[in-house]
Amino acid sequence: MPARRSIRIAPLGDAALLVELGQRVDTALNTRALALAAALRRRRDVREAVAGYASVAVHYDPEQVSFRGLATAVERLVEARPPPAGHGRLHRIPVVYDGPDLEATAAQLGLRVEEVIRLHTQPTYRCFMIGFTPGWAYLGPLPEPLRLPRRRVPRTHVPPGSVAIAGAQTGVYPLPTPGGWHLIGRTPVRMFLPQSDPPSLLWTGDRVRFFAVSSAAAAR
Amino acid sequence: MFTTIQDLGRPGRRAAGVPPGGAMDRFALSAANLLVGNPEGAAALECALSGPTLVAVRTCLVAVTGADFGATLNGRALPGWTGVFLSEGDRLAFTGRRWGARTYVAVAGGLAGDRWLGSAATYLLVGRGGVHGRPLQARDVLSLAAPAPRPVVVGRCLPDLLRPAYAAEPELSAIGGPHAGLLASASRRALFREPWQVSRDADRMGYRLEGEVLTVKSQELVSFGLAMGCVQVPPAGQPILLMADHQTAGGYPVVAGVARCDLPLAAQLLPGQRLRFREVGVEEAQGEWRRLRAALDGLKR
Repeated sequence: MPARRSIRIAPLGDAALLVELGQRVDTALNTRALALAAALRRRRDVREAVAGYASVAVHYDPEQVSFRGLATAVERLVEARPPPAGHGRLHRIPVVYDGPDLEATAAQLGLRVEEVIRLHTQPTYRCFMIGFTPGWAYLGPLPEPLRLPRRRVPRTHVPPGSVAIAGAQTGVYPLPTPGGWHLIGRTPVRMFLPQSDPPSLLWTGDRVRFFAVSSAAAAR
Repeated sequence: MFTTIQDLGRPGRRAAGVPPGGAMDRFALSAANLLVGNPEGAAALECALSGPTLVAVRTCLVAVTGADFGATLNGRALPGWTGVFLSEGDRLAFTGRRWGARTYVAVAGGLAGDRWLGSAATYLLVGRGGVHGRPLQARDVLSLAAPAPRPVVVGRCLPDLLRPAYAAEPELSAIGGPHAGLLASASRRALFREPWQVSRDADRMGYRLEGEVLTVKSQELVSFGLAMGCVQVPPAGQPILLMADHQTAGGYPVVAGVARCDLPLAAQLLPGQRLRFREVGVEEAQGEWRRLRAALDGLKR
């Protein structure tokens, strides 16, 4: 059985707990987290189970189950449940690569702008987690040559639709928020869907491919 | 004036990045509702720092709970934490803040607000819920979500003894978090011993705290789900206490989680005020919550 010893369960206050399966950006770990979250959601004493990269945050009802009782149940589920081989939906997202950081990012990486675009549009990314703000999808892993630390000074305002990279991750800003990632492009596709439930275009486990379009094509 | 419609929040959407939201002081909102005969999670007003002037366009039963902003009815002092009858034309106003950060006004029947994902709570970041997703403005007219529940009971009150132990410098019960072990030992001691001051960077999303600089052993954490009350420590070493509209995911170490029973105390703090954390176990914290909850359950009878 894979590494039961490595799982850690700790309280997040007195009505939630965090199950950590590992600390890596890894599709297999993320798949296990998704399966565990799905199994936990079926329990009456669990109100919400949120899969992270390699973890599940479990919000429970302390009137129905104790922390210890739920922790024991989690350990059993981790051992018993084989990860399903779900692939998630594939989204193809058009990007106009004209972000305010594109040239500086290319220079910092020692690449030409065209290479940055080619590398960013190459992989099929996995959506490892939705969170931070409504509709924000943590996508990755980013190709090695594109990895940069975050901006030293975050922007106070990033327009929604901005396509950005930071570390091993890439993503699309769903809302006008502050942000410290490098803005390399923009997309007309809406990530935050307030009329839908859940209000997010992407879902944990989904896959994403970006493709380059001209500014005129994006406007159509 | 910063008054919004809030309820007990928007459950079940954290996995889509939507925080629970709702009242910062959930006890005060629940109590206000129960004092006027509403279901505990009905929509009511949350008034931060100062209160609005409200004119009753119809007779109604109201209750004011939480912070004391000097509530008056037609110029005369209005008792807090008590169901009070307003006649058409009566003026409910606030003379000024005496203590606390947020006062709640519930009206029998509950307030009607835009509902989004199962809640009328105003969520400013996305402009949803409440009054078109924004704070109240002068001349807004509020209506009821439902007819006032019968029978109308005036004068129901919740005595001081049964309320949370609000204090100017509260001690918040907190449970060690998943990454408490990453704190240097001196920092772990400091977390539970030293006072923390609420900085100016404090809103419905969370409070940045100032005090001892905490040292966290550097470890890259991959992002994980968070909860209201989590105390996270960014690299600069100044902790952040997550409140109702908190970000649902993050990668900073979570070193503690404030117990539900003491979140109302945190909700009533303003920048410049101090707090301390007291380490407790999960069961102890849950017991304290049950004791506090009993006061609310008592109002249902």
